[in-house]
Amino acid sequence: MAILNNRLSSAEYEQNFADIHPPFETADAALVEANRCLFCYDAPCMKSCPTSIDVPKFIKQITTGNIKGSAHTIFHSNIMGAGCSKVCPVEKLCEGACVFNLMEEEPISIAKLQRYSTEKAMENNWQLFKRKASTGKKVAVVGAGPAGLSCAHMLSREGVDVTIYERESQGGGLMTFGIAAYKVTPQFCQDEVDYITAIGGIEIKYNQELGKEISLPELQKNYSAVYLGIGVGLARRLDIPGEDLEGVTDALQFIYGIRDKGFEKVPVGDKVAVIGMGMTAIDAATQAKRLGAKEVTLVYRRTENEKPCTQVELDIAKIDGCKFIWLAAPKEVIGENGKVKELICNVMQLGEPDASGRRSPVETGETITLNVDMVIKAAGQTAFEELLQKNGIENRAGKIVLKQNCETNITGVFAGGDAVNGGKEVVDAVQDGKDGAAAILSFLKI
Amino acid sequence: MADISANFLGIKSPNPYWLASAPPTDKKINVLRAFEAGWGGVVWKTLGSQVKNVSSRYSAVNFNGAKVMGFNNIELISDRPLDINLREIKECLRLFPDRAMVVSLMADNDPASWHELIKKVEDTGAHGLELNFGCPHGMTERGMGAAVGQDPEIARMVVEWVMEKATIPVITKLTPNVHSPVPTGKACVEAGTNGLSLINTIQSVTGINLDTLVPNPYVAGKSVFGGYCGPAVKPIALKMLTTISQDPTTSSVPVSGIGGVSDWRDAVEFMLLGASNVQVCTAAMKHGFRIIEDLCEGLNNWMDEKGYNTIYDFIGKSVEKITHWEDLDINYHHIAAINQDKCIHCGLCYIACEDGSHQSIQLEYGKPYNRYTIKDEECVGCNLCQLICPVTDCITMVEHRVAPEYLNWKDYQRLGLPLNDH
Repeated sequence: MAILNNRLSSAEYEQNFADIHPPFETADAALVEANRCLFCYDAPCMKSCPTSIDVPKFIKQITTGNIKGSAHTIFHSNIMGAGCSKVCPVEKLCEGACVFNLMEEEPISIAKLQRYSTEKAMENNWQLFKRKASTGKKVAVVGAGPAGLSCAHMLSREGVDVTIYERESQGGGLMTFGIAAYKVTPQFCQDEVDYITAIGGIEIKYNQELGKEISLPELQKNYSAVYLGIGVGLARRLDIPGEDLEGVTDALQFIYGIRDKGFEKVPVGDKVAVIGMGMTAIDAATQAKRLGAKEVTLVYRRTENEKPCTQVELDIAKIDGCKFIWLAAPKEVIGENGKVKELICNVMQLGEPDASGRRSPVETGETITLNVDMVIKAAGQTAFEELLQKNGIENRAGKIVLKQNCETNITGVFAGGDAVNGGKEVVDAVQDGKDGAAAILSFLKI
Repeated sequence: MADISANFLGIKSPNPYWLASAPPTDKKINVLRAFEAGWGGVVWKTLGSQVKNVSSRYSAVNFNGAKVMGFNNIELISDRPLDINLREIKECLRLFPDRAMVVSLMADNDPASWHELIKKVEDTGAHGLELNFGCPHGMTERGMGAAVGQDPEIARMVVEWVMEKATIPVITKLTPNVHSPVPTGKACVEAGTNGLSLINTIQSVTGINLDTLVPNPYVAGKSVFGGYCGPAVKPIALKMLTTISQDPTTSSVPVSGIGGVSDWRDAVEFMLLGASNVQVCTAAMKHGFRIIEDLCEGLNNWMDEKGYNTIYDFIGKSVEKITHWEDLDINYHHIAAINQDKCIHCGLCYIACEDGSHQSIQLEYGKPYNRYTIKDEECVGCNLCQLICPVTDCITMVEHRVAPEYLNWKDYQRLGLPLNDH
């Protein structure tokens, strides 16, 4: 057993990481689907979208040949509508609410139609928003992820000059670094950032980390307001023996490597255990398999009923041939010569409901041993608690606490996205960015 | 099994479906294939003085992704030599003697031309003639087609010329490009035509290319008014047919129904409103002759279900059900009911009623599904919500008579009963 890269041929990599939700091949195909839409009133799909995209309207606009209008309808509510069409868990959002589900019919392929219009807009570089004349007001946004970009775009539309400070050397946040490569490509993420910032009035400064290259007091001094869209970058530690052995990695780092280095350069074990059952755990497990791991096992401390990922995501892992061990929590990683050899798990059972309303797992006293050479941790992320404490930003277990108007306990400092909600969907962060921008505009009296 | 055979003015066919005079009936190769497929008869594409057609010839109206809801053509009568047509008609008659062979005619406007054409066509052994008084384009400029059908006196004169010579049944095809087809129909019946057929195509502009700004169909940067047909014109055809069926003169002769017949249900509707058979063109042009199978099977099954042994058991049965507005029963009232078990919460009924506009549907907001119920006291029973609802039988119209007795508008006024106060 060994952790190796370059396990497959380039053709195999290409096939394994091809777009999992391919677009409509032709305009006719999009039209057939768009014409199925009933054009509901006060539509359930729209109400199930965190950004409230007017879905019936943008689909109707496809049928009338007004693709530009369709893209405008989408971007007006969600400037990352193109990315969201690829990464949103639509089965629990818009498509999950489509009234066709109630007729036992396939729901409208909303995401695919949204991709159709937004891709046309990006391909043709249709600039659908005109920035108002500069107000002379300057706002700093920390983090060029979905929340920060959405906030920056809305502020810029209203004539605010925005500077985004980004820790990484590319924008997009978890869209760029934390999502499976078969959903979005690095090139797409770059294109999306470029498309959003093309409105003007938005400057992104890369490799600028809060607490290192920049400080909050400095930003407060130089800008009329600050928006924190810093996300939750750190993988939650398991705090078990053997966690620092060679072969133990966290899912975000693993996924980041695939995005950053290229498929053939990312090493993966023969037998991989993935800890967790969220969307990121699935993305890590499926990609480990697609990189050529012989056996990938997802280990989760609760049962399938409590899984945080959607059924659609779970099915991808199943189809990829991943194995599942339910009711098992990691206890210890055993090594040999400093390298992972085994993962020992406590066998759990479900006890009383916890704060989330789900029954919490309780140890049974029994253990099981998995013979593995790689362990990928995807048991959630923790916020930048220390950073927040240092800057005096009120938080609860690392999640920034906001007042009603998206403002933190510090006047003029606003926040949103994963940093506040602890880690939700891209589309939730985009809405947070809009809300934050609205609060800042009102704060600046624009 | 019901008997679906038809006998139109003595012209027999195994079923009541004829292919209308049009491109599918313009040559032997087509007609033989149609007969092989099972069509009951054909009206051979109009013969007359030879013409020349242009390119392109057709255009269409699509709706919500469905292609060719309406169809439009600027094609003229047959552009093939008369002697070839006549020879082929004869061959088709020999190969399929049990099928109806009617030949459409449009001669120059003088008795001699008509007499000569009739003689030649009768020599083929054809069973009947159909006079094309309806073609709305190309031929009208030469004083033929709709130019004849739009003027009852010209139509009367031409029918008289025809009847002087014809020895086989004569059907006169009427144009819809008039305020009513009845005056021309009456003139033709009075002049001796044995039967009528309607409608021909309706003058139209189907659309414009928004890049070139040239309307369709495109002919070297220009277009002309065409003749509209297909499913879109069926309701207009049914209305015109009804007026012919209600008039004592025009209803004294058999009528062949034409205009957007696409399936067996359409055909039954034409027959219920007085057509003795139907003619089909657009549906066959769109899908091919194979549609005759379901046209026959559907008709047969419906007749069996309803207990009709022959088509003559139901022809004309709906004519008397179309009355005058002032004779409608004002005491009849029905209101909509939404079956909550079937409702999919699309809200289409609500917004239609709200904006369209009786405000009779109650909306209770829900996330993501709203609940919609009828405000019984507000509902005027217009049917709009039911027409729009995408779920079969989710919205039904339930009868709630205002009073048991029949009361029409004339009586209502006479009795001084109250009008709406809102």
